[in-house]
Order: sequence, then structure tokens, then C-alpha cells
Amino acid sequence: MGDIANRNLEIDLFLEAMYKKYGYDFRNYSRASIKRRIEHRLKLTGLKTISAMQHELINNWNFFEIVLRDFSINVTEMFRDPSFYKAIREEIIPKIKDFQQINIWHAGCATGEEVYSIAVLLKEEGIYDKTRIYATDFNKDVLEKAKQGVYPAKFLKQYILNYREAGGMGSFTDYYTAKYEFVLMDSSLKKNILFSDHNLTCDTVFGEMDVIICRNVIIYFNIELQNHVFKLFLDALGNPGFLCLGSKETVSISDYVDNFEAINRKEKIYKKVDKRAVL
Amino acid sequence: MNFLKTDHEIIVIGVSTGGFKALEVILSKLPEGFNLSVIIVQHRKKDPDDFFIDYMNKKTSLHIKEAEDKESIKPGVGYIAPPEYHLLVEMDHTLSLSVDPPLKYARPSIDMLFETAAEAYESKVAGVILTGANDDGSKGLKKIRKYGGMAIIQDPVTAEAPMMPKNAIKIAGADHILSLANIGKFLGRLS
Ligand SMILES: C[S@@+](CC[C@H](N)C(=O)[O-])C[C@H]1O[C@@H](n2cnc3c(N)ncnc32)[C@H](O)[C@@H]1O
Repeated sequence: MGDIANRNLEIDLFLEAMYKKYGYDFRNYSRASIKRRIEHRLKLTGLKTISAMQHELINNWNFFEIVLRDFSINVTEMFRDPSFYKAIREEIIPKIKDFQQINIWHAGCATGEEVYSIAVLLKEEGIYDKTRIYATDFNKDVLEKAKQGVYPAKFLKQYILNYREAGGMGSFTDYYTAKYEFVLMDSSLKKNILFSDHNLTCDTVFGEMDVIICRNVIIYFNIELQNHVFKLFLDALGNPGFLCLGSKETVSISDYVDNFEAINRKEKIYKKVDKRAVL
Repeated sequence: MNFLKTDHEIIVIGVSTGGFKALEVILSKLPEGFNLSVIIVQHRKKDPDDFFIDYMNKKTSLHIKEAEDKESIKPGVGYIAPPEYHLLVEMDHTLSLSVDPPLKYARPSIDMLFETAAEAYESKVAGVILTGANDDGSKGLKKIRKYGGMAIIQDPVTAEAPMMPKNAIKIAGADHILSLANIGKFLGRLS
């Protein structure tokens, strides 16, 4: 067996150990990316082999937490892909705004920037008060940050540009208070958001959703795990139910391609096909 | 140069400043029926109209497309990394995209493409570094050579921005240092 094959075997075993010992399953994440992070951590530890690092993983809870954080990439921003938010305003809001109550599930919300962006949008559309936003992630650190809603002010310029491009109807400055080099999101945006720990690989549906937003998360999953997540989303969505993916993610390569109808192909907005209506 | 013939399956290209023209020169030199896969990271701005892809398609015998997450790498196809996403090669010869933070200020990162390509294709990859004003790619090219792949670098004298090829020569070393037009012809013979 060659050099590379041996190392891949060590990585398989490392992920297996992570799963068996701690219940976190990264075996079906896109391998090239996971491998880079394991190798990066290996360098930082100064250990010689991944197998040695596996020993550390099994015997040291703190090290497990470090690896878990390595595996969760939290890069995000307010109104990322402004055209997506514009499409939500124009193509989804009209279809749900007369509901008595609206449930939105934001899966893989990271530090919450996207969640507050949606909250702002709902407020401007006059439907925030009857909406409940379930914002979930499997990384407790980022959830804590999301709950606080405190962000570095240095990104504000970009966020304000994004907000405008996303069809913002007011002034973004109305939604936060600035303190030194930070901004604190307005508490009126927070009151209907429930942040909680949820792992897409193993946790189940927790309620019927009208809209699910899961962006730049399944890009890290292989097809098998993507299929698992699409099934979960199908089970969670009501009728009508809408699914929003990141701009480079798609249902079209999954087993569930026939269960979703694209309502905006470019922005990756899908509607669950109502099988009852077909029958 | 017959010994080159069956050796290589994929060509990875990294280019930054001046990339548009450089890619045009190279891709237009690839002959009809060229059957290697070409994977390209160019540092470029968002392009909502796909102008870049449409334009390159008119210039080359390859089928040029934006790389999509989880797609298989096929012969005769040129994949271009979408702006703002890293492009990685998987062991099973599929492509992955990621939104990891920029590496050396770059996303997509040439290093990330080259390093993952080296592991997945070992000696069957040819890495090409072209014009650019930074040092992205040199680390990746070094890895390609380490696993037996081939390194081709644009002659810095002929590059619009010489820094990237210069750094690559210094850090990775080159198997061939050529002008743009000659890189195109050389790659054309790998098929
Ligand atoms: C790149 S961020 C995307 C953030 C945001 N949705 C966006 O598009 O800007 C990916 C997030 O997915 C989370 N994630 C990864 N695997 C997960 C899983 N199995 N269950 C829940 N969240 C997960 C990570 O912790 C991270 O916060």
C-alpha cells in the first residue's frame, strides 16, 4: 500500500473513532476538505501521525472539542448573496404571508448573520410577529454567538451594501446599536428566534416547517449524506413548503430530485412537490 | 516525446492577474479531440452573465464549464472554479466546492486545488502556473512534483505579472519553463 492509501486509511479510522467515542459522524463529509483539516491539526499538535492523534482523540475530551471545532467551518455574513434575499421577498413571501403562523427552520446557521438578515426582511414585510424562526447548528460555540447577536463593526460597510442590494426597504442602521467596534442586533429581531443544537446527521424533525433555509452546509457532505438531509427536510416541510439552498448546492443530483420543484433555479429555491395532489 | 502520451490524466492550471488573455492563448492551442481533463483556478470577480465561460467555449475544443459540487471529472472537459468558492479534487475523481476562508487571501485557492489533485492523481497530473501577482500555487505545485506529477511554469519574462511564476520556480521548481504559446502546444501533445 502506498503512502497516500495508508494515510487515507488512518483518516477513515480517525473518523470512525470520533463517531464511536463521541457520536459525531463525519464519515460522510466531503473527504478532501476533512482531510485538510485533520492534517492541519496534526501539524499544530506536533504529533507524528494521524494514528497518534487518534489516541489523543480517544483519551482527551478537550482534544475532541478542538477537532470538532476544526470540522465546523463557520464562515458567513449578513445578506450573503443579496439576490437570494431579493428572490425570497419576491417569490416566497407572497406565498406565505397570509398564513396564520409561519415556521422557518434555518439549519446550519453558524454565528447567526443569516438568521438576523431574514428577521430584518420579515419585519420589513410586516410578518415577523407571526413567524417563529428555528435556528440550528451542531456547534454550540457558534450558537452562543448567534444568540448574543454581537458582530464586529468592521464588516458593516459590506453588510449595508448587501442589505440595499437585497431590496432592503429602510435603513440597516435601524436594526442594531453600535458600541465601540461592535454592533448589537436589536432585541426586537431576537424575540421570535429560537437557537438550538441540532445535528443534521443524526437528529430528527422537530416540527412542521413552511420554509427551510440551509445554505453552504450540504456542500460539505457527500451525496449519501446529502440524500439523508433531503429526506429529513422533506419530512419536516408542510404543503406548501419551500427549501432554500446555497448558490452552489442542488437537489438535482440527489435521490429526491422528483420531490422538489425549482421555483428559482438560479437562487436554488425549491417547492416541495405535494404528492397528495399528484395522486 | 511519446513517453508523455499515456502518463497524464488531468491538467490543473492556476492563474491570477492577466488570466483571461493567458487562458485564451493556451486553451485555443489544444487540438480537436483533446482527451485530458483540465481544471482551472483563476482569481476573478463574480461574473453573473457567464461571459467568461461562454467566451472561452468559443476559443477551444474543450467543453468549458463552471465546476459543480460533487460532479465527476470527465475527459475533454475544462472545469473553472466559481468565484468565491474553493475547488477541491476528491480521491474518487469527483470535484467538491467549499466556502472555507480564503487561503493566502485567495478563494478559490490554487494551492488547495493543486494539493488535492496531487493526492488524487499522483503522477498523472500536470500542474501549470501562469501569470499572477502573488505566491498562490507554489506550495501546491511542489506537492504535485513530490507525488511524481509534472510542473510547467510560464516563463516569468513573458508573464503579464511575473511574481507568481517566479515564486513557483523558486519554491516548487519546474520541469518545463515555457512561453504561453508553447505551453499550449506542449499540453496539446499530452493527449
Ligand atoms: C459555512 S457555514 C454556513 C453558514 C450560513 N448558513 C451561510 O451560508 O452563510 C456551515 C455551518 O454548518 C454547520 N454544520 C456542519 N455540519 C453540520 C451538521 N451535521 N449539523 C448541523 N450543522 C452543521 C457548521 O457548524 C457551520 O456553522
